[in-house]
Amino acid sequence: MSDSVETAAAAAPAPAAPTPSNHAGQSGTVVRSTVIRRLFKNPLGIAATVILLAISFLAILAPVLAPFDQNHANIAKTLAAPDSVNILGTDSSGRDVWSRLLFGAQLTLLSALLCAGVAIVIGLPAGLIAGYYSGKFEAVSNWVVSILMSLPGLIVLLTIRAAFGPSVWMSMIAFGVLISPSYFRLTRTAVQSVRNELYVDAARVSGLSDLSIIARHIFSVVRAPIIIQTAAIAGVAIAIQSGLEFLGLGDPTKATWGVMLSEGFKNVYLNPTLLFWPAVAMALTIGGLVLLGNAIRDALEDGEKIRHRKKQATPVMGTTAAPATARQSRKSVAAVDAGTEHHLVKVTNLGVGYPQADGTVKKVVDDVSFHVDRGEILGIVGESGSGKSQTAFSILGLLPDNARLVAGSIQFDGNYTVAPGEERVDQARLSKLRGRRISYIPQEPMSNLDPAFTIGYQLVTPMVRVLGISKAEATARALKLLTDVGIVNPHRTFGAYPHEVSGGMAQRVLIAGAISCEPDLVIADEPTTALDVTVQADVLDLLRELQQRLNIGVILVTHNFGVVADLCDRVAVMQNGRLVEEGSVRDILRNPKEHYTRTLLASMLEGKTPMSMLVSSQKEPVA
Amino acid sequence: MIRFIAKRLGSGLVVLFVVSALTFCLLYVSSGSIARNILGDQATVEQVAMKEHELGLDQPLMTRYFSWLGDALTGNLGASWFSSEPVANSLATRIPVAMTMVFTAMILIAICAALIGVAAAVKRGWVDRVVQVGAIIGDSIPGFVIGVILVTILAIQMGLFPATSTISPDSGAEAWVYSMSLPVIALLINGVTGGAQQIRSAVIKQLERDYVRTLRSRGIGEREILFKHVLRSAAPAGLTVLSLQLIGMLGGVVIIEQIFALPGMGPLAVAATGQSDLPVVMGVVMYTVVVVIVVNLLVDILNGWLNPKVRVS
Repeated sequence: MSDSVETAAAAAPAPAAPTPSNHAGQSGTVVRSTVIRRLFKNPLGIAATVILLAISFLAILAPVLAPFDQNHANIAKTLAAPDSVNILGTDSSGRDVWSRLLFGAQLTLLSALLCAGVAIVIGLPAGLIAGYYSGKFEAVSNWVVSILMSLPGLIVLLTIRAAFGPSVWMSMIAFGVLISPSYFRLTRTAVQSVRNELYVDAARVSGLSDLSIIARHIFSVVRAPIIIQTAAIAGVAIAIQSGLEFLGLGDPTKATWGVMLSEGFKNVYLNPTLLFWPAVAMALTIGGLVLLGNAIRDALEDGEKIRHRKKQATPVMGTTAAPATARQSRKSVAAVDAGTEHHLVKVTNLGVGYPQADGTVKKVVDDVSFHVDRGEILGIVGESGSGKSQTAFSILGLLPDNARLVAGSIQFDGNYTVAPGEERVDQARLSKLRGRRISYIPQEPMSNLDPAFTIGYQLVTPMVRVLGISKAEATARALKLLTDVGIVNPHRTFGAYPHEVSGGMAQRVLIAGAISCEPDLVIADEPTTALDVTVQADVLDLLRELQQRLNIGVILVTHNFGVVADLCDRVAVMQNGRLVEEGSVRDILRNPKEHYTRTLLASMLEGKTPMSMLVSSQKEPVA
Repeated sequence: MIRFIAKRLGSGLVVLFVVSALTFCLLYVSSGSIARNILGDQATVEQVAMKEHELGLDQPLMTRYFSWLGDALTGNLGASWFSSEPVANSLATRIPVAMTMVFTAMILIAICAALIGVAAAVKRGWVDRVVQVGAIIGDSIPGFVIGVILVTILAIQMGLFPATSTISPDSGAEAWVYSMSLPVIALLINGVTGGAQQIRSAVIKQLERDYVRTLRSRGIGEREILFKHVLRSAAPAGLTVLSLQLIGMLGGVVIIEQIFALPGMGPLAVAATGQSDLPVVMGVVMYTVVVVIVVNLLVDILNGWLNPKVRVS
């Protein structure tokens, strides 16, 4: 039986940011109503609610609805089949099964509520305090939590039973204490994640007491995860309580589903249907709670879940996909247009979209065309969300699984990697190019190295796999590469794990990795954004030096015109998924034609870092 | 690494001490009428007083606890108040039965949950949907109810398996495996459904990490990325899931043994609980905590081996 405290805690959803709008405390009611609406759009959500409401209704009205008292025994009529008096028959003592089922529901639901209530009363305040003030309290409570979490629930309840005798309430209070860490951890994590948010600081500065900050801001964040958690915990409580009663350690004067199951099991040879009803009642109740929890979670995880359809041949709105006649089979890829073979990479009318739940496709890249030649650096500039990274990943064939190429083509060195009309990148074609001829320098150095392997391993393996050279040769080359990218002690870095080097060093390692197999094209996605300003200049110098020495083509994705001016030959400006302007760096810096380019330039020349959304950028709906 | 293990062992001993003290104090509450319960209604007041003296119940709580602790440290866990059988002896005959089932079930869970969870994460599609639905069903039906259903249908109605499994390993491997199948299956179903679901999430989380994309960009094959990098990074999460399931199973096995009338911890624990037989309950709790500590230590060591960051610090 895995229905222990720990499983429930492990199954707890990540408390971080239930909904984006929850962060604004005031919009809480709006959020709640949309969540409820989404919940009732989900058939499973409706089913779960109906089941639970029906069981609660029967439980509340048990004294009225039950034809007999739970312990009323008719010795003359034991193990009877259903008839008009005992609609579900009687058990071995002649007690009415239907009545006992109803009273059992009452006790089961009440005990589950008690358990969840106790767990909340202990776990929630403790989690709030530990998360908000941290310090000693947190250290001590973490220790207590680790003990509570490592005790098997049933064994603890057996001990409680041995100490206090058969009491449903005592055992559920004890189980509530035992399971309270799941609320504690949920709350603490949620509080820690919002504690240092600006709006909480703002509230503190504006003189609100800690208590009202907690009440207004933090509680709105943890509310939803707690509801989900309560559904899970109620289910676990019912299971363990029934288990205890099944063992015969419950209160013998009370009708419960666990006792009924045990009674049915004792008479399994005589009347196995006695087993059926309590088992169904339990499965329905716990199942209803599990489904309700899942449905609430789904409703919170904004309704934009993509429904996977078998054939996503959605005719996309806006620019039409290439006509069907242009579709090529995988085997014979069309030849590229004559006169364009000499471009190292050429992107034509590229469109990238993401299918939405409502069947439409949200375009993030629309009608983008450009090319890069050998020995040339093209800068792609734009603010966050302009589609520049998506464009870069299309060339690499590393878009997320749910992305669709809705239009256009990409050719590399005279061959299509994405022929006109193809919806997805053909991995068979691109996997031959990736690493060997096209390589990639990522934005965030630390997260792009596998923490479990040494830097040396991560440099050597691609060379062994791609170039087919020996490990010794690859090691020698890796050490030379590390020297080339300006690492003073290559042997030490080679043997180090990623967490043992600095961010600047890690970025140099990633650059070394990108050029290790002597590619023709390097795609650098904001290669300096995550680095200190002084390190930025070094890394840019390094990139330029390597590019000139190896005569490679580079696509440099950035939001920073300073980097462009420093490094690039040509520049393409993107906004809202479209290419707004393209030309030589000199032309565009001196004489920008588009208003948007001028705004980008102005924001840079004033010495601000244009990290945030530009005020004047009008969000035009893309197609 | 040795210091790391020593530290974990030390904190394990502290936990053992704290839990033993708390349990002892809790059980003290119920020991007021225990001598009367043992001797029955006919016993005279003098006989009851003598019994209490014999069991040491007339001593103050602290004295009783430390005398128990002193004995326990020398391996003497006392004797049952009702049957007078030494607790250590009862445990020694019953732990192997329970542990065989728990570890057999655990190994099968680890294999099945890992295979199914990884397949669901990588293939998505129908495998994924089956895993999701399976997890909901597994969460909805408590393990012991599954046990009861299995016995009723497979053993009693269809006669495919023996309904009770009191066969010992001495009576031949085949008969033994045959008789252990149902209890182990009852024990592992929830573990497989829940474990597969959580291993699936752990693998998906790793597949979405930046370094996976970078490995792809370096020309490393999908299979190598999955088996060498992703699974290794997802393993700590998987191990934690499995260790929590094992801990939960120490309780679950008590009910399963009761259902299948197995001579394991179940009957011992249930009888001792019903009678408030303090030495036996203490023995059961101590055994459980020791298993938990050992399992957690093993998981920590494995995680240290998998994650260089833990190893260094």
